[in-house]
Amino acid sequence: MSVPGTRQTRLSRYFDFVILIAVILAAWQVLYVMVGTAALTPPTATLTYALTLLVEPDFQVHMRASLEAFYQALLIAYALGLMLGLALGFYRFASEVIEPLLSALYSLPKLTLYPIILLTFGLGTSAKVAFGVIHGLIPVALFCMNAVQTINPSHLRTARALRLSSFETIRTIVTPAIVPEIFTGLRVGFSLTLLGVLTGEMFASQRGLGFLLINAINMNDVKLIMALILILFFFATCVNGIMLVIDKKLHQRS
Amino acid sequence: MKPATRVRVLIVLAFFLLLEALCRTDVINNMTMIPPSQMLVALWKMAWSGRLWKEFVSSIRNVAMSFFLAVLFGTLSGALLHQMPRVRRVFDPLLASYYSVPFFALYPLFVVIFGLNDWPLILLGLVFSIVAVIVSTLNGIDRIPRVLLRTSRSFRMKRSSTLTLIILPAIVPQLFTGMKLALAYSFIGVLAGEFILASTGIGHGISFAYDSFDNETMYGLIAFTLILVTLMNMGLLSLERYFLKGRSR
Repeated sequence: MSVPGTRQTRLSRYFDFVILIAVILAAWQVLYVMVGTAALTPPTATLTYALTLLVEPDFQVHMRASLEAFYQALLIAYALGLMLGLALGFYRFASEVIEPLLSALYSLPKLTLYPIILLTFGLGTSAKVAFGVIHGLIPVALFCMNAVQTINPSHLRTARALRLSSFETIRTIVTPAIVPEIFTGLRVGFSLTLLGVLTGEMFASQRGLGFLLINAINMNDVKLIMALILILFFFATCVNGIMLVIDKKLHQRS
Repeated sequence: MKPATRVRVLIVLAFFLLLEALCRTDVINNMTMIPPSQMLVALWKMAWSGRLWKEFVSSIRNVAMSFFLAVLFGTLSGALLHQMPRVRRVFDPLLASYYSVPFFALYPLFVVIFGLNDWPLILLGLVFSIVAVIVSTLNGIDRIPRVLLRTSRSFRMKRSSTLTLIILPAIVPQLFTGMKLALAYSFIGVLAGEFILASTGIGHGISFAYDSFDNETMYGLIAFTLILVTLMNMGLLSLERYFLKGRSR
């Protein structure tokens, strides 16, 4: 049985990764041959176009706008999500009241709320940030709440038996118990905030990668669409990959 | 009613009453938002004129199709992947980072490939939701207690009866998690696609109304979406409770 967690050499892991990339590229190429130039651009051409885009000053302006909105949204989503999650985690009744509401909001297509966001915040950075926050906040809060609620009660009882001060309890018991799960929440929140900011840009902005994307969609500029998807895909997967490694390390230790 | 439920209902009611009051007293401009009661009136009117029905049917058909395909193929490919650990190890990073990619971007490509009909929408919902099903299926099979599988072997059960009597019942909780996510994601995917480019559906209705400053229709449809999602969630939750009744988790 080779489920995740079994030992494997580092070399074979790299090899797996190479295989994955090769499979994706091959599927892409096959699809390209099947549907033709009208719908897709081939892998190599897309890659070179993406690289030329990345050094273009015009493109960098949009990229910087996106990144700026993204990190603001991320900070707000993390801060609010953690506070909400911790509060709900420690007050069981509050979590019983609020949790179903959060789950319902989570499964709501937030794109349908975009007119409200847009009419409230106006066209510009604040609207995209708000859009990112409403996407990222809920998973962070839910994971955080769950982390607090699943602390092993006998650990807490031990802390009380040893007469640890509340500060020491938090430092030695609560924090190590909840950090891994919270980090998973932050990872999921990262992805969703990015998704939110980009969708926000598609509809509520004049700058940013999302704006470029919706423009390319409207002009049917397949080359640009593909290059943008590639850049976004690369960025998202890389950051997520790093966070995933940390995530696994944290979970292994506990 | 449990006290928590009662408080929740009260909070929601208070929220909408507050919104109503703010809109009525012009603290919130009526160009920005119409009072919730007017949203319901608009929804009611649309329901009677038959317009709502048309949008609803076209959206829900696509959501249902995408959900069905996601559950079917997601469960199958999850089971297959579990049988092939080598392949699974290769695809593991992809499954883990799948939801960090903005999928709406693929929609125009689907439209070019399949034409402007229902299939790009269904496919968008499908690519969005299928991975949730795959991951939870894998998760479920991983967690089957070894002892159950050993029992089935010592009874020399056939593969098919192991599947129907042991594996399927054991993974029901995870399967439900996957289905809940798949329903939400199908809904999100299809409506997002309609928003970007479509000629029918709730998403298109909202975006069209927004572009033509038709606040009544827009908020009516938004209210409709909220109600629909709440009902869907409640339905799945009670279904889950029914299936998991008498199980100690």
